[in-house]
Amino acid sequence: MHEMAVTEDILRIVKDHAERGGAKKVTDIHLVIGELSSFIDDSIQFYFDLLTPNTIAEGASLHFERIRIRFRCRKCGQEFEPDGQDWHCPSCQALGGDVVAGKEFYVESIEITS
Amino acid sequence: MSDNQAISNRVPVVERLLTANEEVAADNRVQFRSHDVKVFNIMASPGAGKTTLLMATIAALAGHRLGVIEGDVASQIDADKIATTGTPVVQINTGGACHLDAPMIRHAVQALPLEDLDLVLVENVGNLICPVSFDLGQDFNVGLISVPEGHDKPYKYPAIFEAVDLVVVTKSDLLPYLDFEVDTFRELVHGLNPTIPIIVVSAKTGEGIGDWIAWLEDKLGRG
Ligand SMILES: Nc1nc2c(ncn2[C@@H]2O[C@H](COP(=O)(O)OP(=O)(O)OP(=O)(O)O)[C@@H](O)[C@H]2O)c(=O)[nH]1
Ligand SMILES: [Mg+2]
Ligand SMILES: [Zn+2]
Repeated sequence: MHEMAVTEDILRIVKDHAERGGAKKVTDIHLVIGELSSFIDDSIQFYFDLLTPNTIAEGASLHFERIRIRFRCRKCGQEFEPDGQDWHCPSCQALGGDVVAGKEFYVESIEITS
Repeated sequence: MSDNQAISNRVPVVERLLTANEEVAADNRVQFRSHDVKVFNIMASPGAGKTTLLMATIAALAGHRLGVIEGDVASQIDADKIATTGTPVVQINTGGACHLDAPMIRHAVQALPLEDLDLVLVENVGNLICPVSFDLGQDFNVGLISVPEGHDKPYKYPAIFEAVDLVVVTKSDLLPYLDFEVDTFRELVHGLNPTIPIIVVSAKTGEGIGDWIAWLEDKLGRG
């Protein structure tokens, strides 16, 4: 896993936007993480707490919005969330599809006090 | 509202993570292009047969000048193996990191004679998850999966099968002893990635090595 690299990057982005927003403090950070992008788990909060003392983001809480993998059927166009070990389209039974969601990997927003 | 009362508000950000890596990867790509070197990023589980396939490739790929970058968490074992063939090789030890990243590659290529090479094969750290998220500046991604790992891997690690340009199934000599269903595996991979070629090889018997070499030569041929 590469939690530290990701955490450092979150902090870089958060600091940048907090300063531009005239923040005194960052209280909450909202992340959008697709199931396909990287297996980032809640332990990031632990790394974040190690990195943030005496920064504008000290004490901030990380919130994860997880996006499940979503296929668009190549045969009939139906969008569906494949479940576990079944990748068949619920409408036409074709297997798999183009991935239309699940690759997200970004900082969505921050909550600041100013 | 008094002066010391804090005002809270939500600031939209929408900024992608790990883009710094992508910037370095883009620089690497420019450097490789300028030397006319094609770079292949080889990703697989620990022990899937990456180094063994590299050794077979070195033996079989005539007429192209090849260099190798070995990525491992620790040790020099794989680079030492490659070096016995006289092939230029650099070992990267990630010191715990589960993947290679573009800055590591930028540093490693300084030790390779790029101007004298046609291709560089990069053996990524053994891991089916993390390497996929880090562009190195490669031209092609290759995913290896060994027969003992099971044909259900696309269900569990869809990202890698979606990201690669070629899948190589290794250790095919073990197929008679295991329940790996090649057809089911093909179906699943093509469910994710319908145009991707899948080559079945064995470094033990030599099966499919010719197809792998032909695939490489095809990619090298295209300016
Ligand atoms: N039966 C059989 N064994 C193989 C084949 N290819 C590799 N192996 C064996 O699989 C083991 C691991 O092979 P490596 O080439 O070291 O695998 P790797 O992916 O480079 O491993 P790491 O770098 O440690 O992640 C070795 O014992 C190889 O001899 C093959 O085609 N058939
Ligand atoms: Mg190896
Ligand atoms: Zn359908």
